[in-house]
Amino acid sequence: MPAAIEVNAMNVVKMKNITKRFGSLVANDNIDFDLRKGEIHALLGENGAGKTTLMRILYGLYRADEGEICVNDNLVNISSPKDAIREGIGMVTQHFTLVPPLSVAENIVLGATDGFLLNPKKIRRLVTEASEKYGIAIKPEALVRNLSVGERQRVEILKALYRKAKVLIMDEPTAVLVPQEVETLFNSLNQLVSQELSVVFISHKLNEVMAICGRITVLRGGKLTGTVEHKDTSEKELAKMMVGRETFGVTRQQDKEPGEPILTIANLSFTDEQGLERLKDVSLEVRCGEVLSVAGVSGNGQSELVKILTGLKKPTSGRVVLNGRDITGSPPAVITAAGMGRTPEDRHAGVIGDLSVAENLALENLDEYKKRGMLDRKLVREHAAKLIEEYQIKATPEDHVRTLSGGNMQKVVMARALSRKPCCVLAAQPTRGLDVGATEYVRSKLLEQSDRGAGVLVVSEDLNEVMELSDRIAVMYEGRIMGIIPALEASEEKLGLMMAGVLEKDETKIL
Amino acid sequence: MNLGIEGIMLLGALVGFATTYQTGSLWLGVLAACLVGILAGLLMALMTVFIGVNQHVSGLGVTLFCTGLAYYAFRVIFGTPANPPQIQPFAQVEVLSGVSILGTILRQYPLTYYAILLVPIVWWVLYRTSFGLKIRAVGENPEAADAAGINVYGVRTVALMISGGFMGIGGAFITLSALGFFTFDIIAGRGWVCIALVIFANWNPIRVLWGSFIFGGVSSLQLRLQLTGINFPYEAFLVLPYIVTIIALTIANRNAAYPAALLKPYKRE
Repeated sequence: MPAAIEVNAMNVVKMKNITKRFGSLVANDNIDFDLRKGEIHALLGENGAGKTTLMRILYGLYRADEGEICVNDNLVNISSPKDAIREGIGMVTQHFTLVPPLSVAENIVLGATDGFLLNPKKIRRLVTEASEKYGIAIKPEALVRNLSVGERQRVEILKALYRKAKVLIMDEPTAVLVPQEVETLFNSLNQLVSQELSVVFISHKLNEVMAICGRITVLRGGKLTGTVEHKDTSEKELAKMMVGRETFGVTRQQDKEPGEPILTIANLSFTDEQGLERLKDVSLEVRCGEVLSVAGVSGNGQSELVKILTGLKKPTSGRVVLNGRDITGSPPAVITAAGMGRTPEDRHAGVIGDLSVAENLALENLDEYKKRGMLDRKLVREHAAKLIEEYQIKATPEDHVRTLSGGNMQKVVMARALSRKPCCVLAAQPTRGLDVGATEYVRSKLLEQSDRGAGVLVVSEDLNEVMELSDRIAVMYEGRIMGIIPALEASEEKLGLMMAGVLEKDETKIL
Repeated sequence: MNLGIEGIMLLGALVGFATTYQTGSLWLGVLAACLVGILAGLLMALMTVFIGVNQHVSGLGVTLFCTGLAYYAFRVIFGTPANPPQIQPFAQVEVLSGVSILGTILRQYPLTYYAILLVPIVWWVLYRTSFGLKIRAVGENPEAADAAGINVYGVRTVALMISGGFMGIGGAFITLSALGFFTFDIIAGRGWVCIALVIFANWNPIRVLWGSFIFGGVSSLQLRLQLTGINFPYEAFLVLPYIVTIIALTIANRNAAYPAALLKPYKRE
């Protein structure tokens, strides 16, 4: 059949029957994937579906246990990134592989220089030429450590192109960008495919995939669900392919009467050890029965705010009042006792992996499990068994927390915080890295708290989450609150502009 | 961080001395010390780069091993002589000997001049060659270097071997230039001082030069002070360079920019 040969000839990359195991976990189970010349091909799936694993195999960072890879119809053996680069494959990983103290030009030519000498003028010229050719604007002499995330990503892309990549793998490239930067990225990618390059776009965001990709391959639980053309599918269908069932957003009551303020943050400022002003005059008020979210691109002061509210850092100035009690700079134990339910930013920092689930659940208030000065282990275990059932944690009280999945670990953290019926709940990045099921569960639990009458403060980088959960949304940019808007008035564009520091609250009315 | 330096210097001192003692050639001694240093660097690389052993542990291990080996080799070669065996060390080179103070300062051993010459060469290699760029990259972000197709293990191993060679020569300087004989305590913590100097200099070869001038200056100052016969316990003078080192480190360290991957073994997933 001549037609079939023609289709084959268009494939720059063809991966066949790829299987990769990590111990007993099968990360990729017999997966086929092909990439055509000049297309943007999405690799869609939930966290842990095996997208990144598959592409790390193509880039030589992992070796497949089974299966074969063809590049331009030749069977190839890719055992290191060096081999992949030789085959014209480049990858921009989620964690950028740049060397911060080196300049942009040095980073780009790193490992791709010919000859022993390094002529700073020459490499700057080569990098400028490449930057003009592909329409990616950067300053070659700038030090990478001074660049923004979006700029660093451009350096990464140019680095791959400088190595004559014909295939560019982008691993969740938009995760760290604000919406406006995403647009710039999409323009660059479209320009690249018009120059006959091919792009693999790894993502779990349906709207982005639909916005830019020609074909979409969906993975679920390490298995291939299917490959579809953009024109033959919809967001809804992709969602179904991705999670194996239709998704439901959490429902929440509308028209709630907000209650009295429970947590008042007044003029909070924080300057870190390096003398950088991380928080500038932040004021927020969380009322009983409402969900207030703090949105923003990571690194704009949210971490510092959370650390101050949980007692891990002391503010330089300002006050925090919880339920009428001044908790400014108080230690975590005092803050917990005052009625703050805390789920920290990094859940691994919220639990102790080598202790059991039961021990972790009792950790914040060990005094309540004391009998004649000794820990009453039976009581601890009973308490744990009760919470495990109530919060549907897939574990026994004796399991080490280390062995739990991210979702179950988060449930342990939440169960510990929420079981004490706190008057205020602080949830920092509550669903980061969780799959759809666990995410829905966590969000519904948070809404349950606000229905109960507690004030809920969510700090999140996930705009969907923020818009789905909140009554009001505060946007942080460079340590300042850009503005607080009711969730009903919020749109992704508006929030995006505020997150980028372009719009203050008062200006949003123009939109 | 190669804490093996103290031992490698002692071994270099012995090997350099023994080679010269046997062959009569000072430069052969330097070469032998360099070679044995390279081997010790390779040993360090085997442990830290390939097996991923903690660098403190393996460094101290290399020091203990090299020190022990040096003791043993000395006994095997020279037995236990009543007077330490002697060689004719390098003669000092006279530059501008006519000028009074400058001539005194510039009257140095040839190895000293080569060492100073090495500073711009090392700087040039690190900052103006692609090999140097690779060395800086694997020290700052080995993942990035690996993704860029650089052989991280290879570069780290070669870097350790080169530095091992320098350490060997550094040790040999003391027997072949300064003293002309070998005893077991001749290194006297100078290896550790080298590590302190590197930290003080923020891993910058030019700043290392200034740091070593300060340390060397204070060292010779304390010798002179002892000779002045001031009524003061001489131990206090002996400790002077080390106190200066500690003070310098404390001041410099407050805003030191360590290589990000310092002490971290690299393992590809």
